[in-house]
Amino acid sequence: MIAVATSSISGADTAWMLAATALVMLMTPALGLFYAGLVRGKNTLNTFMMSFAALAVATVTWALVGYSLAFSSGNGFIGGFGNALLKGVDFAARPGTHVPQLVFFAFQATFCIVTTALVSGAVVERMRFSSFLVFSALWSVFVYAVLAHWAFGGGWLQAHGTLDFAGGVPVEMGSGFSALAAALVVGARKDYGRQALLPHNTIYVLLGAGLLWFGWFGFNGGSGFGVNHAGELAFTNTLLCPACTLLVWFGLDLIRGRQITAIGAATAAIVGCVLITPAAGYVSPGWAMVLGALGALPSYAVIVLRPRTRVDETLDVLAAHGTAGLTGILFVGFVAERSWNGVSDGLLYGDAHQLGWQALAGLAGPAYAFLATLVLLRLTGLAFPLRASDHEQSLGMDVTQHGEEAYASGEGAILVSTEAAVEVPVAVAQP
Amino acid sequence: MKLVTAIVRPEKVNDVLEALYRAEVRGFSLSRVQGHGGELDRVETYRGTTVKMGLSEKVRFEVAVSDDFVDRTIDALCAGGRTGEVGDGKIFVTPLERAVRIRTGETDEGAVTPLQA
Repeated sequence: MIAVATSSISGADTAWMLAATALVMLMTPALGLFYAGLVRGKNTLNTFMMSFAALAVATVTWALVGYSLAFSSGNGFIGGFGNALLKGVDFAARPGTHVPQLVFFAFQATFCIVTTALVSGAVVERMRFSSFLVFSALWSVFVYAVLAHWAFGGGWLQAHGTLDFAGGVPVEMGSGFSALAAALVVGARKDYGRQALLPHNTIYVLLGAGLLWFGWFGFNGGSGFGVNHAGELAFTNTLLCPACTLLVWFGLDLIRGRQITAIGAATAAIVGCVLITPAAGYVSPGWAMVLGALGALPSYAVIVLRPRTRVDETLDVLAAHGTAGLTGILFVGFVAERSWNGVSDGLLYGDAHQLGWQALAGLAGPAYAFLATLVLLRLTGLAFPLRASDHEQSLGMDVTQHGEEAYASGEGAILVSTEAAVEVPVAVAQP
Repeated sequence: MKLVTAIVRPEKVNDVLEALYRAEVRGFSLSRVQGHGGELDRVETYRGTTVKMGLSEKVRFEVAVSDDFVDRTIDALCAGGRTGEVGDGKIFVTPLERAVRIRTGETDEGAVTPLQA
């Protein structure tokens, strides 16, 4: 590493972090595609738009206050306003890294965006779009930024030694348990439990999951904040762990239904990526594969059991992110290995305290996410109705929320106005 | 013997199916159709272009029934398909000259009466 005289910026580290930021940014449209495939055709655009909107909403809240509350110095619970309105976010190195704070800010912003988008999976097909915008703005600040501060902004969990490599607490458990709260507050879809509500495009689901996995190399690989051992270990573990989850998921599908399903495969890839997220730079590649295999079981169980309840947590964010994030956080407490990570050992390598702090993170993160989301959504609901009416849900959220259709045929469409200078609108069909 | 044809809203199809099932009307066909029945046009905007959707998606049920089943079929279609808003659809009843069950060659009433399992 060549240190520039006036600062400790590393060109190599910065180059990788720029690329990693772009990789993580892609995860949000990928998530939109994944979610859009899982809903009914009449709700495709609305579902995709919830993720797309997070690119706008969470970026702006992150620049205004979110980044500061997460990463500037404050108390153990929340950061301060030192970097609010991007103050001091410039070319100087972020302390603890060799990357400009400007790049560090953008990298962390993409985490906030994708996490905010993740929560939408609980409320698709019935939440009004405008209410979602308000809620997501509040959530990105009061839930995500707080949990990010706890886990990697110098907050109380990090200060006491909880190991969370790339966001098991703020991203995975944060979104998963918030999703549960959101599903409870917004309520089930009109047709939930009465009709079979089937995914309308499995190709979207597979492609979305594949692109998410691709982006995850930046997500985990970039969380070492440079070209270093932690980042390299995390990068390769991001390949190994989900592959094992996929194989085990195939087996579970075979046992339960005698056939291996595509939607199961897409789900498994995401569960595997989530499992390795908190552990990526802390466990050996061998343990990463074990984590992928074992970690499939609790998430699979939640996915099978959840639809038997009345809780319409529609796209199983709790199973894929909350449960897998919790499994990963706890697993680090057992098999973290100082010879690989240079930081700390887990229980199997002689340090029982590590497991204690991992377990505390596994309780505090979900509890805060659940309760804070409950309060934020109730407050949002006081000012803006959360649910679309039954009639609007029947017609589909695409037409009622956006005035567009994902699969418009154009038949029978009559031109009313256009920005092209046509003097007299031409009726193409007159019924 | 009559052919009952009903044009209903796509979002009410499940309710209609449920109502027909409760009325013990077990044989029917349905198809997706487009049409216009005097309801308000839906306006959509794609980039700078605003269009009025002059045709709306509907679902057509075709039910061949014996004469004493006509009323309960119509009642079921109305009960399942009604929202009270313009655009709920129409029901047409036409006389049916002949019906044949292909498998057995049974004709008329026998052909439109479901098998008692």
